[in-house]
Amino acid sequence: MMPSMLNTRLLSAGLMATVGALALSACASKPPKQLPPEPGPPVTNTMPAPAPVMPSGPTPGSQADFLASTGGRDTIHFALDKYDIDQVSADILRVQAGWLLKYPGKKATIEGHADERGTRDYNLALGERRANAAKAFLVSLGVDASRLTTVSYGKERPVDVASTEEAWAKNRRAVTVTID
Amino acid sequence: MMMRKIYGGLLAGVALMGAGVVQAQTIAPAPMVTATPSPTLDNGVLTGTVSDDSAWQSLGIAIPSFATNADVPTAASAGSTAQLGRAIAEVITGDLKNNGLFKPTGPNSLPPIPIIQVLTPDFPTWSTRSAEMLVHGSVSAASNGNLVVGCYLYDVSLRQQLVKATWEMAPGDWRRAAHKCADTIYSRLSGESPFFDSRIAYIAETGPKDHRMKRLAIMDSDGANHRFITTGQAMALTPRFSPDYRKIVYLSYLNGRPRIYVYDVESASQKMIAEPGSPAFAPRWSPDGKWILYSMAQAGNTNIYRVSSQGGISQKLTETPGINVGGSYSPDGSKIIFESDRGGSQQIYVMNADGSGQRRVSFFGGRAATPEWSPRGDQIAFTHIGGNLRIAVMGVDGSGMRYLTDAWQDEAPTWAPNGRIIQFFRTEKGTGKTSIWQVDLTGRNERRLPTPVDGSDPSWGPIRQ
Repeated sequence: MMPSMLNTRLLSAGLMATVGALALSACASKPPKQLPPEPGPPVTNTMPAPAPVMPSGPTPGSQADFLASTGGRDTIHFALDKYDIDQVSADILRVQAGWLLKYPGKKATIEGHADERGTRDYNLALGERRANAAKAFLVSLGVDASRLTTVSYGKERPVDVASTEEAWAKNRRAVTVTID
Repeated sequence: MMMRKIYGGLLAGVALMGAGVVQAQTIAPAPMVTATPSPTLDNGVLTGTVSDDSAWQSLGIAIPSFATNADVPTAASAGSTAQLGRAIAEVITGDLKNNGLFKPTGPNSLPPIPIIQVLTPDFPTWSTRSAEMLVHGSVSAASNGNLVVGCYLYDVSLRQQLVKATWEMAPGDWRRAAHKCADTIYSRLSGESPFFDSRIAYIAETGPKDHRMKRLAIMDSDGANHRFITTGQAMALTPRFSPDYRKIVYLSYLNGRPRIYVYDVESASQKMIAEPGSPAFAPRWSPDGKWILYSMAQAGNTNIYRVSSQGGISQKLTETPGINVGGSYSPDGSKIIFESDRGGSQQIYVMNADGSGQRRVSFFGGRAATPEWSPRGDQIAFTHIGGNLRIAVMGVDGSGMRYLTDAWQDEAPTWAPNGRIIQFFRTEKGTGKTSIWQVDLTGRNERRLPTPVDGSDPSWGPIRQ
């Protein structure tokens, strides 16, 4: 029994490594998300537009511009009960940091969230931990810490309301929101 | 085995109810009740035994409308003294029905009694109704505008009065007299401490799952006298009544920042308990009301702090990487039970009230969260996470863990003042709808507490004095 068990374990370890490498290469080779045509901020005022009509596109340095510049990648995700920044998240945060460094006057809040499968108080702490992990990564890339605040909503603000593994994976997240 | 003490003997010199009741224990001015459960019986003690809980469930208690010497209008919401007599008997029936020990029959199924029978029950008639216990009572209007309510428990087969009590209270507090009477009966028959005359703070929830409105609300232990405290513009979570019911500590996202506030019930005002500059949550009172525990996150780590309920400098009680959160004092205030993932996953730890002597208590599989120390001191209720969230109890040393509930997601237990019933909230899979439930320590008697809208984070306060 022992040798076969050992073999199985070795095999599965090997598989894991392969899957991990595949996942990594898949991520690395993933083409940058196609930017959707930017509709521009909704015009709701009845005032005539200022004389020089801006070309289509959000105001530079605005939250809309942040979303457009990052390809809508304002959110990173986490594994169950984890708060570490994986490669996918690191890539997203690098893009976010690039924008934040371009607009040094802008501040941002990082909202941390947890899925619904934990207790309320703990999830508040876990959401805070995730938001802080994102903040620490951005700071390590040169963003001034005083520009970044964190807030945790625990499990109180799911982005996907279903009670499924897929929904929970979406809800374990940290969202960067720039302050206009 | 359950011992059931039977006090024997009839009272000598019982005064008739009505104006000028000699034994009236004044509950004026409202809302302080000064009633004492001191036994007014002076004879010897007889003892008998009841084999187990199932025998209790067959204990029939007849509770006809309380009688009145004169049906007069009152300022109470329930109406005249006669209407109050019926309403009080209904509240008592509801209280006694909901804990699985008794089979009460209320005023809707029983004939009213003339006032003379309050002190001299018609035992032969009641024995034919298969009532083993009989509750009689009286309601009268005092000249000062207060109400006087008498409460008498009789053993039908022994033809003996077992207990009596009288309270005087402002008309607005009439339900408290009913709860006090139910408490008196419950304590006398079960040997347990009372719990009906108590209040609950909780979070009222409305709206869609991804944008729930969460409001602070309060109610009596039976769901009556319900009141919303906050408007819902700022999300409110995890309220706790102060031991004297004058204040509520809770978490509010006022101005978008999660902080701890103390709300003053009388003045309807609130203040932040500490401006720590960092997110703070999970507030708790010490049993004497002098301290507030809270948890604060800094640089991703969460630790537990203690601050005077009057405000001032906070003292850090835990200092480990990871998440240390919550906390519940032992009844004597000397120790704090709390949760921490310092060992890798959420488990339960205990420490002295000054933060010294921290050690792990729970060692079973799965995760363990939200420990709450029983008011009796001998048990810890908590949320066990092993896929589903379930309410469980264990000894103070972590031994004898057992589940009380089995649903998809039950969390945040809070003890009844007598440590015999646990309240918690249940979340429905998918919809995220929440409701407040109670379960006794056998786990067999579970019931939903009615609330006007969805409810979570219940917090049961102590017995009112």
